[in-house]
Amino acid sequence: MSAPNGNGALVEVRDLVKHFPVRRGLLRRQVGAVQALDGLSLDIGRGETLGLVGESGSGKSTAARTILRLLEPTRGQVVFDGEDITGASRTALRAIRPRMQMIFQDPYASLNPRKTVGGTVIEALEVNRIGTAQQRRRRVDQLFDMVGLSPRLQNRYPHEFSGGQRQRIGIARALATEPHFVIADEAISALDVSIQAQIVNLLDDLKHQLELTYLFISHDLSMVRHISDRVAVLYLGKVAELGSSRDVWERPLHPYTLALLSAVPVPDPVRESQRERIVLPGDPPDPADPPSGCRFHTRCAFATDVCRVDEPALRDLGTAQAPHVVACHHAERVRASSANGKEIIP
Amino acid sequence: MSAPLLEVSELAVGFDTDEGPVQAVNQISFTLAEGEALAIVGESGSGKSVTALSIMGLVPRPPGRIDGGSIRFRGSELLGASERELRRVRGRYVAMIYQDPMTSLNPALTVGRQITEIVRHHLDLSSRQAADRAAELLSLVGIPNATGRLGDHPHQFSGGQRQRILIAMALSCDPAVLIADEPTTALDVTVQAQIIELVKDLRERLGMAIIWITHDLGVVAGMVDKVAVMYSGYAVEQAPVGELFAQPSHPYTVGLLRSLPTFGGERRRLTPIPGAPPDPARGVDACPFAPRCDWVIDRCHEEFPDLTAVAPAHGAACHRRDEVRDAPAVVDAAR
Repeated sequence: MSAPNGNGALVEVRDLVKHFPVRRGLLRRQVGAVQALDGLSLDIGRGETLGLVGESGSGKSTAARTILRLLEPTRGQVVFDGEDITGASRTALRAIRPRMQMIFQDPYASLNPRKTVGGTVIEALEVNRIGTAQQRRRRVDQLFDMVGLSPRLQNRYPHEFSGGQRQRIGIARALATEPHFVIADEAISALDVSIQAQIVNLLDDLKHQLELTYLFISHDLSMVRHISDRVAVLYLGKVAELGSSRDVWERPLHPYTLALLSAVPVPDPVRESQRERIVLPGDPPDPADPPSGCRFHTRCAFATDVCRVDEPALRDLGTAQAPHVVACHHAERVRASSANGKEIIP
Repeated sequence: MSAPLLEVSELAVGFDTDEGPVQAVNQISFTLAEGEALAIVGESGSGKSVTALSIMGLVPRPPGRIDGGSIRFRGSELLGASERELRRVRGRYVAMIYQDPMTSLNPALTVGRQITEIVRHHLDLSSRQAADRAAELLSLVGIPNATGRLGDHPHQFSGGQRQRILIAMALSCDPAVLIADEPTTALDVTVQAQIIELVKDLRERLGMAIIWITHDLGVVAGMVDKVAVMYSGYAVEQAPVGELFAQPSHPYTVGLLRSLPTFGGERRRLTPIPGAPPDPARGVDACPFAPRCDWVIDRCHEEFPDLTAVAPAHGAACHRRDEVRDAPAVVDAAR
């Protein structure tokens, strides 16, 4: 599951667990736990874009926040650039934080409406004590330029901008501290289709220009495929499948991935009418009470008795150059069905 | 030919805002036959939802005002009809489902109560019959153990199930038209697929007509007969669904298709539409898309392009519609 090519991982996530306690009653006694993340392991290589997909409740956003230690993990480890940040002190974190940043879904909610947008970006520099006042102003000009906004717009307020422009400001703020690693959590979901493509291209350009590493979280599978080198599919807080973007899309090994792909609408009426859609029965199970054995067995067309009892471990069915791991007892059968299932996969 | 089920002609809707009047919908015309499915596609602010609300007679007035046009349902005019007449049509013949199922359901009332209320309002049924009808509707939309769940409250259902409940409510009186305003936007892709399959199936079984309102061109490809693309309050292109994807004739439609990532083959850079939609508060006397358009010529800044036929049942509001139509097909290029 290591990152391809030999230049090592920038981010290593090991068995990351995040449980949210469920409390009831007058004494707020803990009666259970929502297992938002239940043993997440993945590496993100330097300069790589890793896509993270899954339904709501799969743990995508919890993963993002726990990796950045905005949430304290219940167990497990996150190593950033060789440094274990799971146990890092506040002071140590303060030194690391500027190098890991996040772009949020709703650029309107994440910008302070009472602050000029230039002020919001400069704040990121002030908080991290970067540069002199004059250097900061120059840096903000440069950042605005970089994200395709005229530096003259700095003195305006968020409401004066369109959704796409606000997301550009969110990106400028995230890049202010010269991060190496950026998490985009549904960063394009709230935008209109014609603007989404602008932002995706901008993220792509910035990645090459600044040698960034991305974790790109989205429920839009076709965009994830477009932007990512590798894709991890999450189901109920665990990796179901992880491989190169192309392998996961063209030769999915997990029944859940197959169902997700079959649900992607194709903008072509002829092909769309010939496609077969795997409609998953029911809703994702309650993460406070995940099913026994394989967590997906309650909705899976491939499930057999073993799936109800044994939780499948991740195994690699890829090649040495391109590992492709899957947690499914029946991955070989899934591969066979997806190979002749051209009309399922978009 | 008999009158169409629904005939909207030259509908114009405006709003009075603090920044002056805004024209939300400009001279929209379309027809819907019995059992036909139409998609209205547009981005935020394009006027697609206001068009739907106008059909339901639900544009709040003030600040909204209907500036003209006509909406006929089976030949009778809905614009200017009394609230009482509208109430008879709304829910009974024309029903609507909305984007956010949680805010459209009353959290304090049981689901059974909410459905029977509608059924009894429109149909002359005893409370016993209404409860039976409610259970029948819930199982029609795929809620397991429907009878047993009539006493449950909305929060006891998942997001996808809540959307199904709204669809059940909309279907309660066997409407002739179901208007769906972005009903799958807030849902996961797998649940979205479930709801789309459900609506397609219900349409086949019940024979109702559908107006599907969405910002996502991809979703409509497999589920409607024809499409109206809206931009800045105007219908800039209308076509049968196959035509629209094979020979888009308005640069905005082409731009929307090019903004989508490709399926299969080598990764190519996306081709976004530059700029942003115009501020709706600014009136337009030229083509509203001109500032973002690759095909723009001087005439576009001077003269408003009317929706004009490029083929039977296919119109585009563009001065260069024939050239755009003949340009290489977007869908082929995307493969």
